[in-house]
Amino acid sequence: MALGRPAAALRNGVTTTGLRPLAPTPMQTHRLASGGFVDRSRPLPFVFDGRAMTGLAGDTLASALLANGVRLVGRSFKYHRPRGILSAGSEEPNALVELRAGARREPNTRATGIELFDGLVAESQNRWPSLHFDMLAINAWFSPFIKAGFYYKTFMWPASLWENLYEPLIRRAAGLGRAAGEEDPDHYEKAFAFCDVLVVGSGPAGLAAALAAGRGGARVILCEEDFALGGRLLSERKEVDGVEGHVWAARAVAELQSMPEVRILPRSTVFGAYDHGTYGAVERVADHLSVPPGHLPRQRGWRIVAKRCVLASGAIERPMVFAGNDLPGVMLAGAVRSYLNRFAVAPGRRAVVYTSGDDGWRTLVDLARAGVEVAALVDTRPAVDESLIALARSHDVRTVLGAEVLRARGFQSLAAVEIGASDGRIERIACDLLAMSNGWNPALHLTAHLGGRPRWDDSLAAFVPGTVPSGMAVAGAAAGKLALAEALADGVRLGSEAAAACGFAGPAIPVAAETERTGSAPLWRAPKRGANKAFVDLQNDVTVADVALAHREGFRAVEHLKRYTTLGMATDQGKTSNLPGLAIMAALSGRTIPEVGATVFRPPYTPVAIGALAGHHRGKDFRPTRRSPVHAWAQARGAVFVEAGLWLRQQYFPRAGERDWLETVKREVATVRGGVGLCDVSTLGKIDIQGADAAEFLERVYVNGWKSLAIGRARYGLMLREDGFVLDDGTTSRLGEEHFVMTTTTASAAKVMQHLEFCRQVLWPELDVQMTPVTEQWAQLAVAGPRSREALRAVVDNAHDLSNEAFPYLAAGEVTVGGGVPARLFRISFSGELAYELAVPASFGEAAAEAIMAAGAPFGIAPYGTEALSAMRIEKGHVAGNELNGQTTARDLGLGGMMSTKKDFVGRLMAKRSALVDPDRPMLAGFRPVRLSDRLRAGAHFLPLGAPASAEHDEGHMTSAAFSPTLGSWIGLGLIRRGAERVGERVRALDPVRGGDVEVEICSPVFVDPAGERLRG
Amino acid sequence: MRIPCPHCGERDVQEFSYLGDAGVVRPEGSDASIAAMHDYVHLRDNPAGPHRELWYHAAGCHAWLVVTRDTRTHAILSAESARAAGLARRVAVGAGEA
Repeated sequence: MALGRPAAALRNGVTTTGLRPLAPTPMQTHRLASGGFVDRSRPLPFVFDGRAMTGLAGDTLASALLANGVRLVGRSFKYHRPRGILSAGSEEPNALVELRAGARREPNTRATGIELFDGLVAESQNRWPSLHFDMLAINAWFSPFIKAGFYYKTFMWPASLWENLYEPLIRRAAGLGRAAGEEDPDHYEKAFAFCDVLVVGSGPAGLAAALAAGRGGARVILCEEDFALGGRLLSERKEVDGVEGHVWAARAVAELQSMPEVRILPRSTVFGAYDHGTYGAVERVADHLSVPPGHLPRQRGWRIVAKRCVLASGAIERPMVFAGNDLPGVMLAGAVRSYLNRFAVAPGRRAVVYTSGDDGWRTLVDLARAGVEVAALVDTRPAVDESLIALARSHDVRTVLGAEVLRARGFQSLAAVEIGASDGRIERIACDLLAMSNGWNPALHLTAHLGGRPRWDDSLAAFVPGTVPSGMAVAGAAAGKLALAEALADGVRLGSEAAAACGFAGPAIPVAAETERTGSAPLWRAPKRGANKAFVDLQNDVTVADVALAHREGFRAVEHLKRYTTLGMATDQGKTSNLPGLAIMAALSGRTIPEVGATVFRPPYTPVAIGALAGHHRGKDFRPTRRSPVHAWAQARGAVFVEAGLWLRQQYFPRAGERDWLETVKREVATVRGGVGLCDVSTLGKIDIQGADAAEFLERVYVNGWKSLAIGRARYGLMLREDGFVLDDGTTSRLGEEHFVMTTTTASAAKVMQHLEFCRQVLWPELDVQMTPVTEQWAQLAVAGPRSREALRAVVDNAHDLSNEAFPYLAAGEVTVGGGVPARLFRISFSGELAYELAVPASFGEAAAEAIMAAGAPFGIAPYGTEALSAMRIEKGHVAGNELNGQTTARDLGLGGMMSTKKDFVGRLMAKRSALVDPDRPMLAGFRPVRLSDRLRAGAHFLPLGAPASAEHDEGHMTSAAFSPTLGSWIGLGLIRRGAERVGERVRALDPVRGGDVEVEICSPVFVDPAGERLRG
Repeated sequence: MRIPCPHCGERDVQEFSYLGDAGVVRPEGSDASIAAMHDYVHLRDNPAGPHRELWYHAAGCHAWLVVTRDTRTHAILSAESARAAGLARRVAVGAGEA
């Protein structure tokens, strides 16, 4: 078992990273003796910063570290200040670690979201040389110089130093974790799901909604980012329906699991809301295992389409802002209750509770119950309800009302807090834990992903969902309903309404919970003392002083504040910092929080690995690979393949003893020009066109005429875009009165198909014509060379006369081969030789290729690839993809004469635009090196002889070049100003990229057999 | 986005490719002017609100569709076959001439 190995390694004192533990395994000193949802029978060994420790199944890395008494977890981004654990959820700004090692190392992973597994290895980040002794903590001393905007002010000049000096320095000093730097060994997948009701979150509101919808029979998907279902019911000691909340949650989950139409996805974060009920989610399928089993992806990216969505994403607690509020030991009160109640961990020994609302008071009860000494409860409000005072008294906890925490003290961890009473007295209280609460923000992010604007609710002192995406309803704390009874009722109502909207009406069975006090009066005032140590954004090290600086310098608009200070721009996206930042700016500028406004939430809600979005589409699987029907045959013949778009084409067929590709290509060309060769042209696009108006349709899409084409004949055609530039070319043959078969270039097949469908359906819907792409239905083989007729004679059935008289150049027709196999034969030539293309049904492709090879053997037949094909087409001056580059007109390519003046066709008018008929435009010409041994390269630019190599002297460029075995030198095609008029003139072909500088002579683009006698023979 | 193809049902936007304004009409015939063709090829409005536009169901039935979409909200108000819409328009124009 792979899972057992790291444990064994740890027992031997060696970690999976190969390091010896620095200290002996500490005990779980802060683990409570009982309670929680951890499995004390399943201890899990793990390693943090080289120290071997033990946690329990059910722990997060954060709870396991706290159980082991680890409070210092990382160093901060800018000032390298010691940081601990603030929260117990995905909002965590501080406790970021590098998880795993080697190729699986994952930086900036929130310890609060990592499910502990056997053999887990994590490292703290942004510290050097060690977490406890960090050299760059000296940054904190220089903090007055590196406050907000310092990049813009300090590193402005000279610009040349940016790349070489400033940026590397900043990156080293102010950074987060290190990426693995190796290829990810795991695989990821994409999944798609459709449902009636998507429920986001499995807290009380989410479970109630899923139950109500599921009981009505709706198809429900319930997504929960945590590995445990139940949300705050696992962290609070509250009763639901007369039982403990977690018991009710477990029963609800069991009932949901029994429903066949309900799917529960734990460890799955819904990270984005998209148009028309589409949601993105990432499921961490195997993140809780040390190595994913081979059959499981590491993560799965879900695209969920839901008719209705109930957003029950809960709320995020707000921190207090005061000097030293970033010290390890300062925690959110709700997180303290999570560690106590869910994980059975005491995050400290002596605590102070600091709150501005009733909700915070329950913390003292949970702390006292767990045996943690509560030194004091500080409430910012001057008066609270008598029942709260009585509660504190019953636990013998001292209460301080109308007071504030002015400063937290401690070296690498909290040691004491200074309390400022309303009468101005300052008192110091020793403690190692401060549980703070300044109210809750609804986690309404998904409501805003499609442009919805949150609304400020004065009674809650929080933003609540404003306009929400169509089909979404927000339930429970996410809607600002913080009391449990309200959240449950909300879930039941919205779950059954969502199901009913999809046609699944069910009973809305109410769920009972006790009433509770949720009064609060959040403290927004910016502290007067220690503003440069009072952190607003813990992850990006933004302090109250930075916000004040932004205010002084005029960056007061919310989006300016954000960008100037980087507030809320870290990987936590300001989940705990945005509102305090807005509130302090509001206080400084004398406005209300809603007047300052809120920044826009965008997906993803939490960071998503690119791998989960890519799925299996990476490396060679990024795009599909298309293989010709004779691919295996060519492979057996030793072909070297080249990628051409999605296709793998046969580039050349080397033989033993040939030194390089050029020698092979020379031989292949000589074989075709001297005997016969075979080339696979199956990748060319083929479109079958039929209908009474098929000829009329071709008249309109091609520049040349088609009505006159006789049955059994082929013709070269040229197509323009409507803007007058060339779209594509190819040969189209008439097989019957109402039946044509068109060929397109390999690269443009899909584009041409879309264009033709546009013409047929949108431009001329009245035409009676239909078309079908048949590229993959036919294997097409070019048989070229003076002996090609003789070779084909043994393949095509005898009933068909192949003589020059019966089947002349540009003949096309249906034949049979190999004793009755239906085939199509075209006498067309790309090489300029006597040549045919034989099309057979794809499944006969390899048999046909073998038959042709056998029949051609007496004439020395050889297969040839795209390199030889290209060399021969350049010899013949045929244009191809390099010339049909979307910027050339028919006239540019010397094909202007093809454009009919007797009919309308796509592109006719726009091709007449003055700039497109300018005689100075670059036009197609041939090029030969003056010194025959010189090599020509495509991409070289033409300059007049003696002219400086500058843009104003540029006359065009070489589009294609090849070594011509027929001429014994390099030749090229290119586009040069007034090309056709300049035959015989010499110019310079300059290729500064590859250092080529060659004198060339302009010539006709047709190098071989300009009269075309060979192909008619 | 989800586009309700009249042939295939509601499908993900990834199956479609976008062209643009469905309202422009190609100037047909030998007597069409370059100016009219220029407008047809290059000039488009950019409305905030309902917009009739052409989408091609490339990874589906190969139908060109006229989709009416609110550019502010992406709400899709209708989707119909472009060919059927074109034929209907020609019938209407023909009736008007008669």
